[in-house]
Amino acid sequence: MTPRSPGEGPVSRRNFLRNGARVAALTGVGAVVGTLVHRTSSQTTVWQIDPLKCLRCGRCATECVLDQSAVKCVHSYDLCGYCELCTGYFVPEPNALNTGAENQLCPTGAIQRKYIEDPYYEYTIDEALCIGCGKCVEGCSRFGNGSLYLQVRQHLCLNCSECAIGRVCPGDAFRRVPVSQPYLLKTSH
Amino acid sequence: MDLDIESGVEAPLSKRWLWPAFLALAIVWVCGGTAALGEARFPPPEFESGHALPLTATPSPRSLAMQHVDVAALVGALGLACYLVHRRRSRRGIIALSLFSLIYFGFYREGCICAIGAVQNVALALCDASYALPMTVLVFFFAPLVVALFAGRTFCAAVCPHGALQDLVLIKPVKVPAWLDHALSVVPFLFLGAGLAFAATGSAFIICRYDPFVPLFRLTGSATLLTLGGLFVLASLFIGRPYCRFLCPYGALLRLAALASKWRVRITPDFCTQCRLCEEACPYGAIREPALTSTTPPVLVPARRRLGRLLLLLPVALFVGGWVGSKLSVPFSKVHPTVALAERYADPNKPTVMPIPATPDSLALGRAERDAPQLVAAAVDIRRRFVLSGWLFGGWTVLVVFAKLIGLSVRPDRTDFEPDRGACVACARCFMACPNERVRLGLLPASAIPTRPGPGLGTGPTAAGTKRD
Ligand code: SF4
Ligand code: SF4
Ligand code: SF4
Ligand code: SF4
Repeated sequence: MTPRSPGEGPVSRRNFLRNGARVAALTGVGAVVGTLVHRTSSQTTVWQIDPLKCLRCGRCATECVLDQSAVKCVHSYDLCGYCELCTGYFVPEPNALNTGAENQLCPTGAIQRKYIEDPYYEYTIDEALCIGCGKCVEGCSRFGNGSLYLQVRQHLCLNCSECAIGRVCPGDAFRRVPVSQPYLLKTSH
Repeated sequence: MDLDIESGVEAPLSKRWLWPAFLALAIVWVCGGTAALGEARFPPPEFESGHALPLTATPSPRSLAMQHVDVAALVGALGLACYLVHRRRSRRGIIALSLFSLIYFGFYREGCICAIGAVQNVALALCDASYALPMTVLVFFFAPLVVALFAGRTFCAAVCPHGALQDLVLIKPVKVPAWLDHALSVVPFLFLGAGLAFAATGSAFIICRYDPFVPLFRLTGSATLLTLGGLFVLASLFIGRPYCRFLCPYGALLRLAALASKWRVRITPDFCTQCRLCEEACPYGAIREPALTSTTPPVLVPARRRLGRLLLLLPVALFVGGWVGSKLSVPFSKVHPTVALAERYADPNKPTVMPIPATPDSLALGRAERDAPQLVAAAVDIRRRFVLSGWLFGGWTVLVVFAKLIGLSVRPDRTDFEPDRGACVACARCFMACPNERVRLGLLPASAIPTRPGPGLGTGPTAAGTKRD
C-alpha cells in the first residue's frame, strides 16, 4: 500500500520494483496462456487402453489408484464366435464344459455363460465382479477371436493426470483419447 | 497386433495349452501370418433363433458440463476469498469457504482437478506439442496465480483443499524456529523444479504421484501414501500447514507471485499502533516486525558485503549447479518408462528365456525386442532432453538457494507489523489480534487502542531484532 510515514525512500522504490515485477509476471503468465490457449482442447481427454497393444500382464487389476480397478473386461459380441469351448471362459483342459467354478478361468466368476442355440453360447461380463485381471483376455486373444479385451471404464476412472497403470504398462497401451470417443472398441469392420 | 508380436510368447506358452485343437490352430495362426485381432478365427455365428447381439456398454465419463461447474466454482471461490480477506476481513467467512472447498474440490472432486498438479500439465504442454491440454487445467493453473499477483495467496487461504484441510485441523500451533523455517522454505522450490523437469520430459508427474492428501480425499490409495497423508494431517494439528509451507510446489509459485502483489494482506484495518499484540498470532510464522529506519553502519556494512559476495559468486555457482544437474540426468532419466525399458533391454544380464507364466517385466522386454531400434532411438532422444532439463534444474536449485540468502541479507522495508507477502496465506487469523480491528468491529471502545509510540520508529525494543529475517 502507499507508504504511511514520511521519508520512506526504499519503500516507494520497492513499490516501483514490485509493480515492475507484477507487470513482468503478468506478461509471463499471459505469454504461457497465449501459447497454450489454441493448443488446448475444449475437449478433455481421458485414458484408454489400446487393445492392440495390451499384453494382458495383469497389472490393470493391481496398479489402479482405485481399490477396485477402473479397468474391466469388455466384450465385442459381434466378434465373438459364441464358442462352446470358450478359451476366455474355460481353464485349459477343463474337466467339463460347464459352469463349474473349477472350470472357469476368471478368478471371480465374472463371466456369465448363457446357452443361445446349439452349439452357441453367449458370454457376458458382470462388471461388478470383474477385477480387470485380463486372464480371460489372454485366453480369448490367444486362441479365440479376441473379442474379450480390457478397457478403462470411464464412469469409474478418475482420469488422473498420470494414469498409475499406464506408467507401468509393459505394452505401453495407455493413451489419451478425446472424451467424445472415450473407448477404443474392437469391431468386426 | 500381428504375427511377430504374438509369436514371441507363443512357443513356451503353448506347452500349457496342449489341446490338440488349439495347437493346430496356433500353427495355422503362426504360419498364416494374418492379423490376430479382430480376425474371426471362429466365424461369428448366424443364429437361427434370430438372437440379437447385445451391445457393448460404453458408460460415459463425468459429464463435460461438470467441467464448467469446476471452473465456475474455482473462480467464484477465488473471488469470494479475496472479498473475505481484503474487504470483509472475516476469519469466519474464510473457515466457511475452506469447508466448502475441502468438500467440493477435496472430497467430491477427489483432489483432481487441482491447481498444484496443473503446473506439470502446463509444462508438458509447453514442451510437447502433441499433448492436448484441457482448458480446465489451464484455468486452474493461471487463475490463482493472477489473483495472487493482485491480492496475495487467497487461493491458499480458502480455495485449495490441501490448504483448507491443514488449516482446519490446526488446533495447537507450535512455532517452527526461524532458521528451520527458512531452510525448509527452499524445499517447495526444489520440488517445483524437479516436478517441472520430470513433467517437461514427459517422464512422470511426481507432484501428483507423491501428493499426500489426494489418497485421503479418495479414501483409497497405496498404504504408503495413505500413511504419509495421515502423518501430514497429524503434523498439521501442531505445525501450521506443513505441506503448504515446506513442500507445495504450487505454493512456491504463489509465494513468488504474492511478493509482487498489488494489495497485501493487512493485519490492521487502518493503522498499526505497534502494540505487538498480533506478534504471535500467525501460526505460519508470517508476521514480521517493523524495521529500523536508520540502520547503523556496523549492521549494514557486513550485510552489504555479504550481498556483494553472493552476487559475485552467483554465476560460478549457477554453472556448477547446472553441470551437476546435467550429470544427474542419466540416473534421473530412468524415471521415464521408455528409458528404463531401453536400459533393461541393453543390460547384458537380462534374462534370455521367457518365464512361464510371463511376467509384466518379461512382456515388456519382449516388446523391447520387437522394435529395439525404435525404442533405443526414443530413449536416446528422451535422455538428450533430460540433459537440458538437468542443466536447468541444477541452475534453478542454485538460484533458489542464492535468492534465499540474498533475501536474508536485504534490509526489510517495513514500518509496521506486517505479514510477509510471500509467506502469508491470508488465513485471516491475525486480524482479530489487532485492537484496531476489534474497535472497527465494535468489540472494543475506541479508547482501548493503545497509543502509537513516538515518531522514533524502531527505537523501541523492536530494534534489536531487525536483522532477524
Ligand atoms: S497394464 Fe497394459 S499390458 Fe497389462 S493388462 Fe493393462 S493394458 Fe494390458
Ligand atoms: S478373467 Fe479377469 S478380466 Fe476377465 S472377466 Fe474375469 S476378472 Fe475380468
Ligand atoms: S487414470 Fe487413475 S483412476 Fe483411471 S485407470 Fe488410471 S489410475 Fe485408475
Ligand atoms: S493472514 Fe495473518 S495469520 Fe494468516 S497467514 Fe497471513 S499473517 Fe499469518
